[in-house]
Amino acid sequence: MKGEDFLTKSISGFSRVLESVVTTEDISRAPGLLQSLDPRVKLISFLLFIVGVSLVHSLPVLGGIFILIILLSLTSKISPGFFLKRVLIFVPVFTLVIAVPALFLTHGQPLVHIFGKIVITQQGALSAGFLLLRVTDSLSLGVLLVLTTPWANVLAALRWVRMPALIVDILGMTYRYMFLLLHSANSMFLARRSRVIGSFSGSENRRWLGRALAVTMVKSQKLSEDVYLAMLSRGYQGEVHVLQDFSLKRRDFLWIGFSLVVVIFLFWVSRL
Amino acid sequence: MHIPDGYLSPATCGVMYAAAVPFWAVAVKRVRKALTARTVPVLALFSAFSFTLMMFNVPIPGGTTAHAVGATLLAIVLGPWEAVLGVSTALGIQALFFGDGGLLTFGANCFNMAIVMPLVGYFIYKVISSDSDALSPRRTVGAVIGSYLGIVTAAACAGIELGLQPALFHSANGTPLYAPYTIGVALPAILVAHLLVAGPVEAVVTGGVVVYLQRTHSSLIKADVAKKKEGKLWLAWGALGLVALATPIGLLASGTAWGEWGVNELKTIGLGYIPQGLQKLAGWWPAPMPDYGLPRMAAVIGYILSAFIGIIFIGTLTWLLGRWLSRKNTAKQEASVKEESSD
Repeated sequence: MKGEDFLTKSISGFSRVLESVVTTEDISRAPGLLQSLDPRVKLISFLLFIVGVSLVHSLPVLGGIFILIILLSLTSKISPGFFLKRVLIFVPVFTLVIAVPALFLTHGQPLVHIFGKIVITQQGALSAGFLLLRVTDSLSLGVLLVLTTPWANVLAALRWVRMPALIVDILGMTYRYMFLLLHSANSMFLARRSRVIGSFSGSENRRWLGRALAVTMVKSQKLSEDVYLAMLSRGYQGEVHVLQDFSLKRRDFLWIGFSLVVVIFLFWVSRL
Repeated sequence: MHIPDGYLSPATCGVMYAAAVPFWAVAVKRVRKALTARTVPVLALFSAFSFTLMMFNVPIPGGTTAHAVGATLLAIVLGPWEAVLGVSTALGIQALFFGDGGLLTFGANCFNMAIVMPLVGYFIYKVISSDSDALSPRRTVGAVIGSYLGIVTAAACAGIELGLQPALFHSANGTPLYAPYTIGVALPAILVAHLLVAGPVEAVVTGGVVVYLQRTHSSLIKADVAKKKEGKLWLAWGALGLVALATPIGLLASGTAWGEWGVNELKTIGLGYIPQGLQKLAGWWPAPMPDYGLPRMAAVIGYILSAFIGIIFIGTLTWLLGRWLSRKNTAKQEASVKEESSD
């Protein structure tokens, strides 16, 4: 049933998202180093790390940062296999495909000759290396941040850095209802998958997909109305109040010191 | 089109954030006014929908699948500014939670997919469907063409952002530090992929949903004509502004536009001589801003300013022409109405 591949792919996509969220929630509550830090400190330090990574022009430093990230993930009770799989599986592989032609297309001093004709330039090799390592470093920093911080704390940290309350509320609620919609879409695809014996033409499948999407859209519209009424009946007036009390502990100050050293080093290296 | 961190220089990321912030500010203001206390639940649910939509695999001929973004669809059902916020939120969750698109490049990704795409798509949809009723096939056509051009324009923006990197950010020996391909390679590559695959996918999905909604939930397809008139103009100016801001790209092009050679260039590009008539005419119209550059100003600022002054000049002319024409038209209509009533 080749034509129905899109059903299987969508179903596995939905399941992957749901599954990754469950594991993330698990890991973010494990008793590790990064989990025990204040979310505000973590958010700001990781953003600075990512800026630092994007400024550095040295392959060894970029490689060193990746090793540091792996060490940090080990101290945070994340199994290296899981972490590498999560980080390397998609974006760096995609980037590798993007980076390979750059070896040949970039003008500069020749480095290697293949079959005497094709030339890999020094500039091309360096450039591909930069792209690959930079993408891997930034992505693994992002993944590490999210894996070690419960979503509610990410939101609290965002609010603390003066992100407008409206945006933070929308983010929080989107995250909540995303799963409901994903779940309902998953059921629709599963129902379709289990009822189809033969195969449909591509255009019929696309028409079905359009209908499925439209129904999901109508559902979300209806749901937004219901949710609004539910909020209204509980006294909602357009403002959200949250209980949050974060206080910096000794280890947070140690982490601030550590990240300052790393960030200053990165900025210093980038100026060389 | 989700650009990951590492492809764009931090400076570019900063510029793209700066470009996105005014749109977000306008969107928050407008949406709050339109939805009041409903803002949070409505936007949250539609952002969640937008996220789900991006997960749907669309079968494409050849046996593979692709994803749609759905920004134009959201703009058609919810309104353009609601779509700006909805898609931005979905992209934010993708970037923060799933590493799909970077955190530094979030501004650029939002600019392309959550700002340019819904605004361009919606503008074209509005122009085509204008005052037709909710069930009119013109709305479907508008949705299909609007979503297609919306995603292609967004892809062009992404291509330009990526293509500018090697020219602007390279080390002393010419090593590109970020995305390695020049605009001549990056832009066509990304455009071809979106003209041939992602664009049609977006158009089919948007069209399919609009057709279904017309049949079953036509109330979701808004046909409020009078109110949106002002919005359309505002969108048109926004689009023009974007184009104007993009003008410094012209500085990176080598050579001269085809057919726009100066008298001296004609000699160097191989003509070997200057046509006599041309030489006579050349000095006849002294342009107030030769070569589009105000004297003694940084080239980029000069370029942008020239673009804006040009747009204002052409815009005023067009506006005057339009007023004159519409006056003539109404005069005609009034005359014909009078004739009919007198019959």
